[in-house]
Amino acid sequence: MTEPLLSVDNLRTYFSTEEGIVRAVDGISFDLAPGERRGVVGESGSGKSVTAMSIMGLIEPPAGEIVTGEILFRGQNLLSLGEDEMQDIRGGQIAMIFQDPMTALNPVYTVGDQLVETIVLHQDVSKTEAREIAIQALDDVQIPNAKEKLFDYPHQFSGGMRQRVMIAMGLSCNPELLIADEPTTALDVTTQAQIMDLMLQLADDRGTAVLLITHDLGVVAGFCDTVQVMYAGGIVEAGTADDIFYNPQHPYTWGLLGSMARLDAVQQDRLHSIAGTPPSVIDLPPGCRFRPRCAFATDICGRILPQLREAGNEGQTVACHHADEMDLKTLAVDSSDRIVKQDEVVS
Amino acid sequence: MSDDRHMMDGPEDGPIVVTSEEHAVDLLEAEGMGVEPVTQWDLFSTRLRRHRLAMIATFFLIFLLVLVLVAPVMQNAGWIDPPTKSLVDGEGRILRNIAPRGASDNVFYSEFVDGVETQVSASSTALWFGSDDLGRSVFSRVIFGGRASLTVGLVAGLMVAALGTIVGSLAGYYPGGVDQSLMRFTDLVLGLPLLPVAIVVGRILPELSFLPSWLTSGAMGIALLLGFLSWGGLARIVRAEFLSLREKEFVEAARAAGASDRRIVFRHILPNAMSPIIVQTTLIIGTAIIVEAALSFLGFGVRPPTPTWGAMVAEGGRLAVRGYWWGLVFPGFALVSTVLAINFLGDGLRDALDPTQTIERK
Repeated sequence: MTEPLLSVDNLRTYFSTEEGIVRAVDGISFDLAPGERRGVVGESGSGKSVTAMSIMGLIEPPAGEIVTGEILFRGQNLLSLGEDEMQDIRGGQIAMIFQDPMTALNPVYTVGDQLVETIVLHQDVSKTEAREIAIQALDDVQIPNAKEKLFDYPHQFSGGMRQRVMIAMGLSCNPELLIADEPTTALDVTTQAQIMDLMLQLADDRGTAVLLITHDLGVVAGFCDTVQVMYAGGIVEAGTADDIFYNPQHPYTWGLLGSMARLDAVQQDRLHSIAGTPPSVIDLPPGCRFRPRCAFATDICGRILPQLREAGNEGQTVACHHADEMDLKTLAVDSSDRIVKQDEVVS
Repeated sequence: MSDDRHMMDGPEDGPIVVTSEEHAVDLLEAEGMGVEPVTQWDLFSTRLRRHRLAMIATFFLIFLLVLVLVAPVMQNAGWIDPPTKSLVDGEGRILRNIAPRGASDNVFYSEFVDGVETQVSASSTALWFGSDDLGRSVFSRVIFGGRASLTVGLVAGLMVAALGTIVGSLAGYYPGGVDQSLMRFTDLVLGLPLLPVAIVVGRILPELSFLPSWLTSGAMGIALLLGFLSWGGLARIVRAEFLSLREKEFVEAARAAGASDRRIVFRHILPNAMSPIIVQTTLIIGTAIIVEAALSFLGFGVRPPTPTWGAMVAEGGRLAVRGYWWGLVFPGFALVSTVLAINFLGDGLRDALDPTQTIERK
């Protein structure tokens, strides 16, 4: 395997609140190869966005703090860099696209001003050259009449157009890593597909690695090479998209896949849900965090927090004590649409 | 991109199908529909020019500024009279409380020429606004009085804008210790009662002989004093704006694009906080002019005989009771119309600086 572009090792990001310490990200490790597209999926509050913010160095003390861990970007530990050096990397080598394009652009500047600002900040070019690059960038994201649109204000753009501008801004400096934090959540479904296609096409052309944070498993299936599933601040399963979708090893992954709305599953009239709610990351249960909701939980699950280990296909890793033993196919859906073991189904 | 097809309605019936974007732009330009790049300044000035009241106010204020700036030159040229000299008739009797009238001969004031007191013919404008209790030209005093009032308004306004914005931004952008200490200091300043403190300081100031005289006796001292006592409200407003704006996603996005703290504050947050700053500053300018008037009314403002609008209104009030209305009406009108004009201009600036503003204001 080639040298990873990004290597996150045992990252823990905690927030101190009045209720106690929130372990938003609690010891995650993963590698990202150059040009790789990795999906990060999980419920709200599973630590997906905080992972992204930690990589970008946007966790603001005193509220949040990266307690331990290393984030190596091209062999350089981002956590040991000063603010000035981080500013060069942000937007330059690592770019980020935010969830809500409606609020991610400054309302008092034209789109062109904001694009030019980012370009001048990271590339050694004059304003005039930066404007040319900006026009090219808007052209690349298929905004018609880019030259004129440069002088428009964000409020004159629709949501989809603004997200295109954000993508243009993110990719204008040819970053090596693009972090997209739920880039299509705020858009309607038809626009979503266009934006995803466009973003990943452009990332491919430039050889940019993508870390795609989403709750949309459909998007992940369509666009990602690898996937990591996060639950309550930890990674519970990671592998190629095929591994995750066709050979899930963790009961949580199985539950997530089962709760997807699918067009091809006609016999199913209601959506499944995973019983229970995610644990509070302030007051984590001992042992496996998924135990209270897991149909396979045994004694050991209540005592020891499972670590990621190889299971299933080659290269696939799972954080479950029973990964190889249990047969997820024995899971079924009971009358209240909960996922349980087949022999526990009460009709 | 060349396979993209763009349809648009042409000048003739039926749509034109254009097969490339460059071509589309060419066509638009050929038809005279090409869009000229519009800069922010263009937009700003267009919007301001549409705001009729603000435009009237701007012209009025420019006129007023020029007028008070050239007042000494006009006096030297003999167009207006010294504001502190009594007008006399041919027999040397002081022309007290003369009603406004047009140009009249036989009006003089005494001037020392080569050490000898001589009677100089007054200008033709001498009695346009009448004369006051001491026989001084109200017209001349209104113009010279504008110097003090505008100095107080503008200097205090600038000082409030600067102090309030700096303190408010620092407190709003750096939470914790910086915020706490700055805001407690702001509370302290806000707690100082404006008039009593101004009266006491205004009373003591002229006694402080170690200070330069421009600071102790003229309008500048009052201006700085009022400026220092009035920035608290703006600081609070700016802090509140910063607190809400710093959490906005575009600020986060700017940070993710590698912008420094300074760039975020000056380019991203401050421009979004401009409207309350402008509105509050224009209000403060008006208030400062009025407070200066109140101080002069109470006898603690700019030292007599230097005219200020406030002092003239105070004295004119007493005269008006006796039927000599001109001593009150002319400086009062100048005071009110100036404050109004500043507020209108502030209103227009705020609207013009907001790029989302689309409604045309009349």
